[in-house]
Amino acid sequence: MESILFYIFSGVSIISSLLLITRANPLMSALWLVVALAATAGIFALLSAPFLAVIQVLVYAGAIMVLFLFVIMLIQLGPQQLKPRFIRFGKIFGAALGIYFLLLIGFSLTSSTTMPAVALSETFGDPGVLGELLMTKYLVPFEVISVMLLVAVVGTVVLGKKKF
Amino acid sequence: MITLHHYLILSLALFVLGAIGVVIRRNVLIMFMSVELMLNAVNIVLLAFSKWNGRDDGHVMVLFVLAIAAAEAAVGLGIVIAMYRNKQTVYSDDMKVLKG
Amino acid sequence: MTSLGLLLSVLKVVVVMMMLLKLVPLLIWIERKGAAFIQDRRGPNRATAFGIIRLGGIVHSIADAIKLITKTDFSSEHANKALVILAPIIAVFVAISVSAVIPFAEAFTINGVSFQLQISDLNAGLIYIFALSSLSIYALLLAGWGSNSKFSLLGAVRASSQMVSYEIALGLSVVPLFMLSESFRINDIVASQGVSLLSWNIVRAPLAFILFFTALFAEANRTPFDLPEGEAELTAGFHTEYSSMRFALFFLGEYTHIIVGSLLVTMLFFGGWNIPYVSSEYLHHNIEHVLRLLSIGGAVFAALGAAGLFNRFVKRRGFWGDLRDYESFLFAVILAGLAAGLAAAVFALTGATLPEWVGSIAVFLLQMIVVLTKTLFFIWTFIWVRWTLPRFRYDQLMKLGWKVMIPLGILNIFVTGVVLLLTH
Repeated sequence: MESILFYIFSGVSIISSLLLITRANPLMSALWLVVALAATAGIFALLSAPFLAVIQVLVYAGAIMVLFLFVIMLIQLGPQQLKPRFIRFGKIFGAALGIYFLLLIGFSLTSSTTMPAVALSETFGDPGVLGELLMTKYLVPFEVISVMLLVAVVGTVVLGKKKF
Repeated sequence: MITLHHYLILSLALFVLGAIGVVIRRNVLIMFMSVELMLNAVNIVLLAFSKWNGRDDGHVMVLFVLAIAAAEAAVGLGIVIAMYRNKQTVYSDDMKVLKG
Repeated sequence: MTSLGLLLSVLKVVVVMMMLLKLVPLLIWIERKGAAFIQDRRGPNRATAFGIIRLGGIVHSIADAIKLITKTDFSSEHANKALVILAPIIAVFVAISVSAVIPFAEAFTINGVSFQLQISDLNAGLIYIFALSSLSIYALLLAGWGSNSKFSLLGAVRASSQMVSYEIALGLSVVPLFMLSESFRINDIVASQGVSLLSWNIVRAPLAFILFFTALFAEANRTPFDLPEGEAELTAGFHTEYSSMRFALFFLGEYTHIIVGSLLVTMLFFGGWNIPYVSSEYLHHNIEHVLRLLSIGGAVFAALGAAGLFNRFVKRRGFWGDLRDYESFLFAVILAGLAAGLAAAVFALTGATLPEWVGSIAVFLLQMIVVLTKTLFFIWTFIWVRWTLPRFRYDQLMKLGWKVMIPLGILNIFVTGVVLLLTH
């Protein structure tokens, strides 16, 4: 059962990423990214992290991608600009990168041994445990991230103003 | 039987596809979306190792990566809008005022 | 998963889906009759089934469904077909799959097999609901953009910006509940409310209830926040170019959203399945007395109803001159039969001891009826508010969302934290 789900989710995410990088219309690319994010949320759930799967759908697919869609709808491209623009020799570069990374995959398959899985504790990935970790061990990064989010909000507002 | 390798290969494939998207497309919006795809691939690796080691620290790191990705998307889209207002284009090829 | 477990899960999915989908025509009927009642008129009462049954207008919902299914399904030439077809699918999918984590009664055990009344018991229960509601913004955006019409686009942009703003307020308003019951699961939140009226969350976190309820109106695009569908201003907003079954799917999504929202409000703030001052152990022990009391009460009500309908039949016989006169007689007979059946049950139950599993199932049914009653009250409140308050203007709406509700939500979290710290 787990293998079937893994292959379904990974197949969906890889196919939708392929479609994402080759569509002409950025709106269609954004929708394929939403599909890829939903499939990734499924993978998270398979990795015993159901809380993070739900957070991924809530934050990524529900908020960030809506933001993307708003911007794409604001920047309405006319029909003549919708031909996809690739860099010169784009297909060659893409194929070269693809082959390089396929070789990487091949090497990683043959040259390392599998780690055995450790037994998971009962409260693995529980929101309560995550909260405790956030407040004790990772307190400084937590505070830094909240300051960074504040900086991001202020920066975006300033960037979006029409005149100062 | 799904081993750690399966998840690592999946994550590598997604990262590669994101990298290809960044390199070969010129539309800034699609480049941004490919960057988000790369961040997702990293999340999968963090969670896979967290599960195979039996520790929750990977989950906390994924939370941080999600927060950073959200902030970066917001600021990046602000830059895209500012760029569009100035030059009426979203293709990175057309921003070449400093060139040659 | 054993085959019994799989069968039970499939059964639960089918039952919950059917329940939600069948509540929507009822809700449409309540809306039309309730609107008429508030506006001092009669409401629809003409459609008949088999020429005799009018049921006060419920048949109108079936007639509406048949009409919407058989209408012509067109779309304009320049519309983006894929987006237009996808949008109502997302709307309905999100609205129905939210109900996967809502428990309808307490879990009970029969002979050591425990039955959960939830389809799935995630440990991030309530956040799953917020995650899926945030996906419903796509339905609006894609519908508005794909229709390729300026009215739709304006409506879609307004609707989605409103939903995004109030989604933040919705999430923030529920955080004090998580702090009070120390869990994300709805089961735990309901269990922590207990049976005393003073420990229900409406008393422990009243500001959270006000914020949540208001944000729920905005999430479901209901008046006073229904500027996106304002008929006088934007023709029909984002679903202008939709007709027949696709429009019906949007409608279905909106009403299901209302039903699920009311379910959430009863679970989170009003004790869910807890009957005030009657705990479930008490019910389990004295189930025979409770069943007998309920049967007596039911028999009395049914007899009174039968008498009233019979009286009405006698007074208005021959009013229309055809089969419709006999409707009151038909229902009087049915209710009299029900009263007789319940009275017989009272006599059968006197002095009998019931087996254990009847007690559990009876308690489960009672709890589910309590939940549905409270939910119906909140659905009525939704409809009541719709026909009472005027619509917000767009800038007033945005000001309310960002400048009033989000600061109040954060203040609420802070105050709850301080109070919890001081009392422990």
